[in-house]
Amino acid sequence: MDQDFTTVIGLEVHVQLATQSKLFCRCSTKFGAEPNTQTCPVCIGLPGTLPVMNREAVQLALKTALALECEIPARTKWDRKQYYYPDLPKGYQISQYDLPLSQNGHLEISDPKGHFEPKRVGIIRAHLEEDAGKSIHDEVAGKADSVIDLNRTGTPLLEIVSAPDLRSSAEAHLFLKELKLLLTYLGVSDCNMQEGSLRVDANVNLHLDLPGGPVATPIVEIKNMNSFRAVERALDYEAQRQFKEWRETGRVLGQSPKQTRGWDDEAGVTRGQRSKEESSDYRYFPDPDLVPVAFTGAEITAVHGSLGELPAATRKRLEDQYGLSSYDADVLVNQGPPLVSYFAAVVAGCGDGKAASNWVTQDVLRALKDRNIEIAQFPVSGSSLAELVVRIKSGELPSARAREAFQTMVDTGGDVATAMSLLHIEGVDESELLSLCERLVAANPRIAADVQNGKLQALGALVGQAKKSNPNVDPSRVREICLKLINNPHP
Amino acid sequence: MSILQHTARELLGSLESREVSSVELTQACLDRIREVDERVGAFLRVNEDRALAQAADVDSRRAQRKPVGRLAGLPVAVKDVLCDREELTTCASRMLANFRPPYDSTVVAKLKSADAVLLGRTNMDEFAMGGSTENSAFQLTHNPWDLQCTPGGSSGGAAAAVAAAMAPLSIGTDTGGSIRQPAGLCGVVGMKPTYGRVSRYGLVAFASSLDQVGPLAQTVGDAALLLETIAGHDARDSTSLDLPAPRFSATVDEPLQGLRIGWAREHFAAGLDPEVEAAAREALAVYESLGANVREISLPHGKYGVATYYVIAPSEASSNLARYDGVHFGYRTDEQAMLSELAEERRRLESAKDQAGLQNLDTVLVRMYRRTRAEGFGPEVKRRIMLGTYALSAGYYDAYYLKALQVRRLIRQDFDRAFEQVDLIAGPITAAPAFKLGEMAGDPLSMYLVDLYTVSANLAGIPGLCLPCGRTKSGLPIGLQLQAPALEEERLFRGARMYERATTWHLDRAPL
Amino acid sequence: MGITRQEIEKVALLARLQLSDPELDTMSNELAQIVGYVDQLAEVNTEGIAPMAHAIELENVFESDQVGESLSRERALANAPHHNSIGYLVPAVLGD
Repeated sequence: MDQDFTTVIGLEVHVQLATQSKLFCRCSTKFGAEPNTQTCPVCIGLPGTLPVMNREAVQLALKTALALECEIPARTKWDRKQYYYPDLPKGYQISQYDLPLSQNGHLEISDPKGHFEPKRVGIIRAHLEEDAGKSIHDEVAGKADSVIDLNRTGTPLLEIVSAPDLRSSAEAHLFLKELKLLLTYLGVSDCNMQEGSLRVDANVNLHLDLPGGPVATPIVEIKNMNSFRAVERALDYEAQRQFKEWRETGRVLGQSPKQTRGWDDEAGVTRGQRSKEESSDYRYFPDPDLVPVAFTGAEITAVHGSLGELPAATRKRLEDQYGLSSYDADVLVNQGPPLVSYFAAVVAGCGDGKAASNWVTQDVLRALKDRNIEIAQFPVSGSSLAELVVRIKSGELPSARAREAFQTMVDTGGDVATAMSLLHIEGVDESELLSLCERLVAANPRIAADVQNGKLQALGALVGQAKKSNPNVDPSRVREICLKLINNPHP
Repeated sequence: MSILQHTARELLGSLESREVSSVELTQACLDRIREVDERVGAFLRVNEDRALAQAADVDSRRAQRKPVGRLAGLPVAVKDVLCDREELTTCASRMLANFRPPYDSTVVAKLKSADAVLLGRTNMDEFAMGGSTENSAFQLTHNPWDLQCTPGGSSGGAAAAVAAAMAPLSIGTDTGGSIRQPAGLCGVVGMKPTYGRVSRYGLVAFASSLDQVGPLAQTVGDAALLLETIAGHDARDSTSLDLPAPRFSATVDEPLQGLRIGWAREHFAAGLDPEVEAAAREALAVYESLGANVREISLPHGKYGVATYYVIAPSEASSNLARYDGVHFGYRTDEQAMLSELAEERRRLESAKDQAGLQNLDTVLVRMYRRTRAEGFGPEVKRRIMLGTYALSAGYYDAYYLKALQVRRLIRQDFDRAFEQVDLIAGPITAAPAFKLGEMAGDPLSMYLVDLYTVSANLAGIPGLCLPCGRTKSGLPIGLQLQAPALEEERLFRGARMYERATTWHLDRAPL
Repeated sequence: MGITRQEIEKVALLARLQLSDPELDTMSNELAQIVGYVDQLAEVNTEGIAPMAHAIELENVFESDQVGESLSRERALANAPHHNSIGYLVPAVLGD
């Protein structure tokens, strides 16, 4: 199909902040409770109740905004966004309208595989708001009542709105991955998409460069995307759909109102959603029940100082300090701060960044995956793994048996010495190895003759005998020494 | 009714010395309610059993010399807008006719822990919207001084209960004058504290940035006693002032030295009833005779108070009342009737092939909301919701809501400037005494203009107090309003008490 | 300035009020009268005046992030006009 267009994408990400209690009352935010067991007069919106701000939610939002390099105004306030829906018991959502907690930030994304140039994606704003409840629809009966569960009502959300700077579904995916990683590093959200801790809506349209001048297709907002993969698929589908629609109708931006479409993951299509006649008139006004939040410069500096190392800086440090490839640095950093600290412990103990990176990105990650555990539960400590690397380098641990030793450490939780003794691994020193080879060559004149006659594969038998005699020998060294002895019997 | 002639402070003394038991006092109130409330209609509900049980409990604790609360044994009536755990709290609305909050408002909790006896719940304009208590969905309240007249509102039941000596103390709420105006029209003392002085937690909101809870009583000292019981910081109300509640009743009897009283020329302008004007001027003369320096001041933006108020209050109300949608609490329309109504409309539109009409036909949910709210709210509430929705809607926000917030600051600045020159501002509470019930029906704007002298204190957040200062030839009470700077309730009470001491209006009782 | 009948109908929908034709007429007249009165605010010079949304202007009122008590489900649902054993019931909201 023609690809004569640029896809222009902006994302709106709702992040559930990792507080214990809700944004304006002290009900628990824990996921998975029985319906309507985590509500109180305040979050039910019972007459007479009043909201009180959760300090931690504001702190987590501030942290995130600073990590996204947003500007923080001296004062931010709360507004009511008014609409009627059964999962919104007050008839308005407490949100932020014209004085959000932060604006004008950015997030850098780069593709370690090099498919596109690193780019800076603008963050228009990041503001706090309260979540709504859930409607449980009776899909089968259709006409039956809906049941409303208000457990989630009032959970703190940070809405992060990106600028329309993304140009492909892959960029959008990468942006989301990088954002999620940042949030994970900050510890501000568990980012669990299945539990709704991270929700993504996308605004997308196409820019076409036509001979008569550039045109843009009407902007569509896509909802109901429940995974990053779904976001990518929905954006790809929607770009093609818009292109087709434009070719059929010629309709461009401004000729039809902004449409909302829902992503149907099973069918792999977006579908138009019924637009409400007055949906855009939210009648925002300052919430008189809440007072503004004022940040001092000192407070902002303090929170800024508490951010710790963020993913982009960590990647750079791993590359600069340990000589890691950007790909390896990316793999490590993408696993999150605990794995990076694990890696740091391995490097500290063995002094070899490259070796440490290989062990961590390959063997450790595989073992974690096999056992379905987190690095915190991993039985081999960073210093134990470092010791293993040291012993390989010194030759004490033959590299041929290193993986076997590692596996034993993982299985038993013991250190490398214990694993080696369990496996009867001992280092074989050079003189021992030489005398073994000499004995073998002397004892197998026929093989030596074959080798001399060019049948190098005969060496395999000598290697086999060597391993039988001492399992710790390095087969390639045996082969090398034997060859030398046969071809050059009297040095 | 002799026992009920006494002030609350005197009664508290008698209770403490055990000259009178709380059961006797409570029974006297209940008897008086039985005797006159059929004519007055101040109470929506009287909980005799609970009141007598509370009274008996206080008496027995007193007898055993156990510690008791600050108002121990004193009966208090509460406006039906403050949540009382598991008790009906209706706001005089069909919408909340069966609403039983699972929690106590902070004010009710404080009354309970002060061991006050909760007599019952007083009538009001629906959701506190109105100035005559005629907007109650349940009953009319009559002015104890003239049963043909309004008691004022919205705390009309609260004021009438005190004026008719059915309760020594009562709790009201004031968003644009709803304590002070009925106090004035009923000849009792009513006080609106500084915004934030009393917690709004559990006060069913009308206009959140204006609503305050306050006391009504027969005397200034009694009002001071009740305010100090309900005031104080509350962590559950973000707009609550983080200040301790002073013991106003301990200082109320101390006259103010070198008092400067201002009267605003705008309060004595055209439209003021001559009898009211004469009484107010006489009150200023009383202050002068007490050694106060009385001078003229100007509150130039006061004339915009009503316009400002009738943008801000309905805007907030339209939002605060959005929660009454028939889903989580309160009234819901009959669903079957609603569904057949919709089906009927659809048939009609289909047979007329009215595509636009079909397109615009309410969904089931929207119709459920609209019918619920149409049936649950009375006309004044609907009017204000419409007005507020309009003022906040796209295209009008800047011209109305934002503009009103700016004028509000100008009104506040007028007060700031005035209070550089004077300690208190005195003037009439309303331009005229109580009007006849039904007189203003069908004329909402005239009704709104009754609030001319009272709304500014709410807009500015300052305390205001009304106390009796005369009577018309026809015998209706006339009220004097005093206003003080924010947080100067003590000054307000002391200044008011100086006048009260020098006059006898507060001793007169409604002829019931 | 006048308020059109169409505007009143739109506002009634926004406010989720069902008004009969006579009610719409009365409401149009009353609102026009009140808005006409309120329009006098336009004559006030408010240039450079900050809006005053709160009667007393406070800031930074917080609570700490500690889980408190929630209502039991029975009590939470007790005031609902229509509910089952787990939640509030409303006519199916699919498609709305």
